[in-house]
Amino acid sequence: MNSGTAVSRGEVRGRTSRRGRLNAAATARTPTLADRVLAALGAVRDPELDEPVTSLGFVSSCSVSPAGEVRVLLRLPTYFCAPNFAFLMVADAYDAVSTVPGVVSTAIVLEDHFASDAINGGVAARAGFVASFDGEAVAELDQLRADFLRKAVMAGTDLVCRSLAGAGRAGDDLARMTLRDAPPSAELDRLRRRRAELGLPAGDDAALVIDPVTGDRVSTGQLPLHLRRARTFRVSMEANTGICRGMLRHRYQATGLGEEEAR
Amino acid sequence: MYEKDGEKYFVVDSHMHYWNAAPDNWVPGQERYAKGWIECFHAYQGLGPPETHWPIEKFQRYSEDDLMRDLFEDGHVDVAIFQPTYLKEWYREGFNTTERNALMGEKHPGRFRYNTRWDPREGEDGREQLRRNADRFGSLGCKLYTAEWRQGSRGWKLTDPEAYRFLETCQELGIKNVHVHKGPTIWPLDKDAFDVADVDHAATDFPDLNFIVEHVGLPRIEDFCFMATQEPNVYAGCAVVIGGLMHARPKFFAKVMGELLFWVGEDKLLFGSDYAIWEPKWQVEGFVDWDYPDREEYSDYPAVTTATKKKILGLNAARLYGIEVPAEYRLGPGQGTPAAQDDSQLVTGT
Repeated sequence: MNSGTAVSRGEVRGRTSRRGRLNAAATARTPTLADRVLAALGAVRDPELDEPVTSLGFVSSCSVSPAGEVRVLLRLPTYFCAPNFAFLMVADAYDAVSTVPGVVSTAIVLEDHFASDAINGGVAARAGFVASFDGEAVAELDQLRADFLRKAVMAGTDLVCRSLAGAGRAGDDLARMTLRDAPPSAELDRLRRRRAELGLPAGDDAALVIDPVTGDRVSTGQLPLHLRRARTFRVSMEANTGICRGMLRHRYQATGLGEEEAR
Repeated sequence: MYEKDGEKYFVVDSHMHYWNAAPDNWVPGQERYAKGWIECFHAYQGLGPPETHWPIEKFQRYSEDDLMRDLFEDGHVDVAIFQPTYLKEWYREGFNTTERNALMGEKHPGRFRYNTRWDPREGEDGREQLRRNADRFGSLGCKLYTAEWRQGSRGWKLTDPEAYRFLETCQELGIKNVHVHKGPTIWPLDKDAFDVADVDHAATDFPDLNFIVEHVGLPRIEDFCFMATQEPNVYAGCAVVIGGLMHARPKFFAKVMGELLFWVGEDKLLFGSDYAIWEPKWQVEGFVDWDYPDREEYSDYPAVTTATKKKILGLNAARLYGIEVPAEYRLGPGQGTPAAQDDSQLVTGT
């Protein structure tokens, strides 16, 4: 459970995703600073939904001055979205944007939220969650983030294993397989990245199906219930994403920067 | 009651409201919270069919006539259960209190059941009020909102020692149905406010009470399912599942229903419209017509039968609340027992 350091804000996740997006953009034209800032925001995820804040429609605007001053406006599906997750998104956005070369100053502003002031002020002051919510919190949010990354690992396990089972792989097979044995796919890459963020085995020789807390291989006997649970994690996450998207659409008419419908 | 294809459904709306969220009920200085709350509810309504959407002005304060028509004339509801939410920090007279509900409901004998509420942070005064409410309104259930703000506190857990004292009082008073509604805040704020682990503990420690987790633990359906499957006295309130997904996200709705039927079972699911967020008419009619899409990815979920729908739409809640169901609406031989607790061992320990 002590994976807090492995998932501290904007490390592995930010670097790898940002590079991928940059390469894609570079094939068309030299990316501007605004392009690079938006790509950086594309590496910031909603920790509950495990989707980028851009594709979810949470980025309402992003302005970059000629001098490199960046101001990003964020929005959420409701006025009362949980403040801890909201804080993580604002803080992650700050970290992602402020480390883009060429950015001289960063302002991330969460709008229309009951805790906007505490969150925006706290992030701008690099104060951390406990100091931002004086007396109302006892710990930073690393544990919360890790718990939700584990849910993402379970949901991702369903995504990968369901297609394998559909292709005729029996349970015994799945329990014996390594990550190398699974056919390459975007879902598999994503599952590996989530496991790596948690400090769980993610190399080619690692078991395909692992316990998201201990990292141990799931045995043949445990596999059916494990996969049954994995499906529930995925269904829950997808249903929540659907509701959040619907609420956001009702709340804001304008499309967000980089917003796209889910798969 | 609702009849379709020769089948008769007795409908208990186990979660509905009669609120006043109009500006004249907003607490001075707290307007932004009162406004934010009702606008959030209004956005949920946006997930229903467009022809059922209301303008915000009507949504803030609808009339007794609206409610009676939408539930009983048009909405097929036989008995409705008020679930109060006080929020007195934001709404002067409360958002919808037991008193407000009963004042309206008493004009329509037999149509309503009056659940009350409590808040462990109110201590002995709160417990005394709970006793008075149980006596005055005959409450067989209570609605708990753990994210309610009170004097700087952002919420509480069922496992708080004072909450256990209230649960003991509920037992003494015969308030046997405890509806738990989680929200976005709790103390401390770094914890996941939607976590249902406290319901798990309370359900184990109070086996004679029924715990109905509202909106099936959303957004923690998975945590709720894994917990409910091990606790015979834990039920799922389906408000928000049907209203929020059946129209807006039919594929996800089918999967969520499949998950609930698998882990929790058809005897433990209770229909609730969450009126006035959503009108019951389209929910009842749509649910009676509903089945899984005919695709492989749904094939291993438990089957949905007419008996399944009869239990969910009314018979389960009728059993928990002791509501008399006319003979022609009951289940036939071999169709099971509504609200039965014995299915809950199915998935445990596999």
